Amino acid sequence: MQNLPGTSSLSTASNSRFWRRGSRKSEVAVIDRRHPLLVLAIYIVLIFWSILSVAPLLYMVSTAFKPNQYVFEFPPKFIPENPTTENFEQAWNSNNFGLYFSNSLVVSVAATAIILVLSSMMAFAFARYSFPGRTTLFYAILGTMMVPGLVLIIPQFVLAKNLLLLNSLHGLVVAYSANSAVNIFFLRGAFEEIPQDLQDAAAIDGAGIWATFWRIMLPLVKPSLAAMAIFSFMGAWDEFTWALTSIQDETLRTLPIGLRLFQQSHGTQWGLVFAASLIAVVPVIIVFLIFQRYFIQGISSGAVKG
Amino acid sequence: MGLNTAPSSVSTELPKKAQLEIPPAPVERSRWYPFKKALPIYLFIAPGVILFLLWTVYPLVNLFIMSFFQWNLIKPSVFTGLDNYTRAFGDEIFWQALRNTIMYAVISVPGQLVLGLGVALLVNQKLPFRSLFRTLFYLPVVSSWLVVSLIFMYLYNSQAGLINYVLKDILNIIPSYQAWLQNPVTALLAICVLGIWKGVGWTMVIFLAGLQSVPPTLYESAAIDGANNWRRFWHITLPLIRPTVVFATVMLSIGAFNVFIQVYVMTGGGPQHSTETLMTYMYSEAFKFLDLGYGAALSWIFTTGIFVVSLIEIKFLRRPMEY
Repeated sequence: MQNLPGTSSLSTASNSRFWRRGSRKSEVAVIDRRHPLLVLAIYIVLIFWSILSVAPLLYMVSTAFKPNQYVFEFPPKFIPENPTTENFEQAWNSNNFGLYFSNSLVVSVAATAIILVLSSMMAFAFARYSFPGRTTLFYAILGTMMVPGLVLIIPQFVLAKNLLLLNSLHGLVVAYSANSAVNIFFLRGAFEEIPQDLQDAAAIDGAGIWATFWRIMLPLVKPSLAAMAIFSFMGAWDEFTWALTSIQDETLRTLPIGLRLFQQSHGTQWGLVFAASLIAVVPVIIVFLIFQRYFIQGISSGAVKG
Repeated sequence: MGLNTAPSSVSTELPKKAQLEIPPAPVERSRWYPFKKALPIYLFIAPGVILFLLWTVYPLVNLFIMSFFQWNLIKPSVFTGLDNYTRAFGDEIFWQALRNTIMYAVISVPGQLVLGLGVALLVNQKLPFRSLFRTLFYLPVVSSWLVVSLIFMYLYNSQAGLINYVLKDILNIIPSYQAWLQNPVTALLAICVLGIWKGVGWTMVIFLAGLQSVPPTLYESAAIDGANNWRRFWHITLPLIRPTVVFATVMLSIGAFNVFIQVYVMTGGGPQHSTETLMTYMYSEAFKFLDLGYGAALSWIFTTGIFVVSLIEIKFLRRPMEY
């Protein structure tokens, strides 16, 4: 995705760049001649909000390392006095957390793969071909983004029951794979940026829609696919409500459900609960820290065009 | 089930039209030539379309149908007409849930907008470490709702929670320790605070994208004209990022009306329904009391409500832009 600074400040591709440090042409400080005191004030506000943003998460980490008798110590301490990994061992061994972890992993990977394949195919067709019904179908899919997810949970539950998808990991995969409207919208933008010449050349060489898609187009949108993969994986990994509603079998639980039940049965043993939470949340935070640029690209696409 | 209507509707409609036509001259193409030509594309997108029809369109239609039935999973469903809807409008808890949800939206949406825009303006400055700040501000967004709800339950704890400790023992703002989540007066507010805390990072990113789309030449000419920072913000930045404001407001409102996990986990809608929201009420009616028909009617009421609110927001916030 090549774009020259300044030429396409409205395009999606340029959004990916502002996460990087360094200057951009279109970027101008609102405050031009900055007084040192003003800069100091800005930093104070920024540091204050950083503390507010991160402190709850760090407090969770520190509590996970506290022995249980210190969970309600007074005054509360950010650095545990006698740090221990006992909570992690106990959380992992009790309550099948290893099994929940692997359930979550299998479901999230499968759903991500299906979402990527299906939504990139649809996005490709919407972006590069005209066919009767294209606009209607695209806006129908886009319109369902407005329908809040939880609203459909009742009829989806009935449907899953009829299709024998309740209480099964397949049911989770189907439900998570269906969340692809955002991906289609985003990937369509990526496919539209590819020059028409490439498609024409492929057509002249006799490539059909499949060959054009797999061999020519898909490799060109890899960065966007990476962004979508991360989003989809995280969405499936953190999903709570559908798994809570559709899974009854103890061996089929995913991590969020296991975590919730763990918290209900160990109400005040917060060290244990947070050790278990960390097992669930750390993979996601690591993925975020590695791929943060892609996140921003994905989230902010569409926001500017309005 | 008649779900894959995309390819079949094409084929049912076409022969009729074809019959009406005079046999075409060799060069002319029949009316359904475009459909025939597009057949490979229809086949190509079929799997995605089928999943969309199966898991989104069909449930949406079925939700509407179910809302006219007394529908539980045990007994056969009975058609009851508008009973579910009239019941909802006479249901005191429904109104309470509606008020709570509106209250949540009215507090959390402007809170996220204002703080998100403020933070975005600050991290849009050319300053050292600004990417570090952006990353830190975004961490709450990527943490799962379930986990942050658990964290805040612990922070709000009435005995030795960090929030009580900071507010009473360090800042001396409150006279005594509060049971934030158990007190009907403060419980909803406590949930709003969590919502704002988690949402500011997302709003910041959206506003950053908007801010970077403002052409820098406008600021330069304004600076030459002697406009100060505040005037530049008010007369250039704000009008130009209006589409972003609309987008953020609509998305945040939809999110606010969807508030579920944090309420379900932290208070379960209590105490005395003081934190009951539309979604928690719908969920408990449907899956705790197995009254799926009533839940479906509630869902339709919310969907319509959210749609109307979004339209109003778009209409009032989106005005023609003048450069």
